[in-house]
Amino acid sequence: MNALLPAAVGVAADFSHDTVWLAVVKAVLILVFLLVSVLMAIWFERKVVGRMQSRPGPNVHGPFGLLQSISDAMKLLLKEDITVKAADKLVYLLAPMISVFCSLLVFAVIPFGPAVRIPFTSLVTPLQLTDLPVAVLYILAAASVGVYGIVLGGWSSGSTYPLLGAVRSTAQVISYELAMGLSLVSVFLLAGSMSTSQIVDSQRQFWWAIPLLPAFVIYMISMMGEVNRLPFDLPEAEGELVSGYMTEYSSMKFAWFFLAEYINMLNVSAVATTLFLGGWRAPWPLSAINDGMLNHGWWPVLWFLAKLWLLMFFFVWVRGTLLRLRYDQFMKFGWKILIPCALAWVAAVAVVQGVRQFTDVNLRSILIVLSVLMFLGVVASLLVPEKKGAPQRKARRVPFDAFAGGYPVPPLPGQKLPPSSRRARAVVVIAAAEPNGSDPTAAEPSPSATATAAADDGTKEADRG
Amino acid sequence: MTQLSVLLSLPASITSGGNVSSGETALFWVLAPLMVFGALGLLFARKAVHAALGIVLVMISLAFLYTAQEAPFLGVVQVVVYTGAVMMLFLFVLMLVGVDNSDSLVETLKGQRWIGAILGLGIAAALIGVIRTATFDQAKGLTAPNADSNPVGVARVIFGQDIFAFEVVGVLLITAALGALVLTHRQRLVPRVGQKERADARVASGGRLAPLAAPGVYARSNAMDTPALDPEGRPIEESVSRVLRTRGQRRSATEVEAQVGGTSAIEPAQIEPAQIEEGTQP
Repeated sequence: MNALLPAAVGVAADFSHDTVWLAVVKAVLILVFLLVSVLMAIWFERKVVGRMQSRPGPNVHGPFGLLQSISDAMKLLLKEDITVKAADKLVYLLAPMISVFCSLLVFAVIPFGPAVRIPFTSLVTPLQLTDLPVAVLYILAAASVGVYGIVLGGWSSGSTYPLLGAVRSTAQVISYELAMGLSLVSVFLLAGSMSTSQIVDSQRQFWWAIPLLPAFVIYMISMMGEVNRLPFDLPEAEGELVSGYMTEYSSMKFAWFFLAEYINMLNVSAVATTLFLGGWRAPWPLSAINDGMLNHGWWPVLWFLAKLWLLMFFFVWVRGTLLRLRYDQFMKFGWKILIPCALAWVAAVAVVQGVRQFTDVNLRSILIVLSVLMFLGVVASLLVPEKKGAPQRKARRVPFDAFAGGYPVPPLPGQKLPPSSRRARAVVVIAAAEPNGSDPTAAEPSPSATATAAADDGTKEADRG
Repeated sequence: MTQLSVLLSLPASITSGGNVSSGETALFWVLAPLMVFGALGLLFARKAVHAALGIVLVMISLAFLYTAQEAPFLGVVQVVVYTGAVMMLFLFVLMLVGVDNSDSLVETLKGQRWIGAILGLGIAAALIGVIRTATFDQAKGLTAPNADSNPVGVARVIFGQDIFAFEVVGVLLITAALGALVLTHRQRLVPRVGQKERADARVASGGRLAPLAAPGVYARSNAMDTPALDPEGRPIEESVSRVLRTRGQRRSATEVEAQVGGTSAIEPAQIEPAQIEEGTQP
């Protein structure tokens, strides 16, 4: 059994020299890489979010707090493992396992680099465990089975919050996986393949993120939904559902869910890197050095990891910036914006690709004509007179109403605050000292103005400070 | 007896004619009992979710078998579409309906068991007939159809040979989806009450906008029976538990002040209630 797989067609990487032992070594290396990366990712996230919130983050255990995740993991392992009484025992145990196993599957088809010679041997092998003609679909399949872990975990806990988390997660996955799959379809159309090595190979000229920018944006949004990260972390929204599907989990089982979540972050980042950001290919100015020297040998691993961690940073950045969406807004966004946009984009890409492949029409001239027409349209739209009555200017002329619409409101731009009644009181005191009162209107502060004036004082003080 | 012998000879005939490796045979004999177990689980499980899990097990094992038989596209799509989307929808509905309900064994349709049994026998007879009359050609192998990779081969068949059937199925599905939309659509008779409308109504009704203060927020006395003070120094009656108020067990702010020693700045009497009431009005 020399060759593990028959030399697959439709795959760029050549695995025909791989032996079983080599595959086992690669699999173990991937496992080690993922586990170490998760430890790093937890530390990285806490550190970066800490910096973003003007605090140091973990800094006690080890240099720069690097060992913090290890101590956290140890704590989780040594905690008491509680199985709630109402739990459905078998499924309760199975759920975290499903999550972790499915998250581990994805990296099997992610190319870390091109074919390299393993040091001290004559073995040449691609830096990838395996590849299929349907590798990206395989990734989607692994992700969609992984969601069973979340759903079953929520169900089997026999408790309300986990169940709500599970239901939310189901709805979320069904709606966001559609947009995700559609955004990937345009990459398939241009690359002409679903194998990861072939897709990386097709990005020699430029990365697909540039011509397929809308698909890339849709993928970035839906991947946040896919891995339950802020602003889409509704299945485990701690403000609403305690911690959603993993509320009743503790100790090792909880650690598995946690592990799966971070591995999934690495997974979607790796998929985005491979499909949209050129995979292991060096970024442009570097790729031109010395006839593409940096695209050969072991260099590509560096570029791959750099892109991966850049995306991980993006995850953390988004988490530190955005708030969680309300559930109905989230669903509306998914179904009414994301999916129609993804569909329209796929249709457009398919039409362009079809015209390029099946007709003799010069696509460039058509696109030039279209863009000229579009430009003319924009110019023509400038000639159309604007609608009158910008409402903002009118509002400025309206005198300040402290309770506009029933709410206590601050003044709009251009509106003036009425003089503070406290100042009026001070004037009264001064006026009492001096027989000739200066301001007759401020002499008697009307009781009705006290409340608003009290509120206004704060803003005044702020202005002064 | 002949049927049984045909069934038993089935894997053997494929092995002799086609090209089934020992690995694939081992995979089959590992997965087949699992699949039978899953299928039986679907029939005999008490809880609906367990039955759904049985189907999932069968589907994923089936995907492995497809992949082993050089149809990776079919195998993967089976998992993405059926396991990932369709079964997920089933689970979603099961969870919404009520997860702890075991299946009710009361029959709502009269005579459905008899009809079911007869139909089942009919299908069994038809299947046995098909298997008895089936003849197996010499296996051709998948090298030729998969020459340009499996997805391309499948695409040629679907979008070349069977394009009409494919389009018809597509139209059918879209019609069904549209029908579901039309049937579940209802016209809104009253205006929608959203978050903004609710907030407006709350403000307009003149109720309390902020959360209720906790009772007894003083520097030196923290007790359930002492009302909290608002920023203007007035006691907030509602901050004390309704039970204590009804029993007449609440203490007033002045009482507390007397106990505490009169050093505090609590002087509710200083501000006349009437003036404050007017002052808060717009």
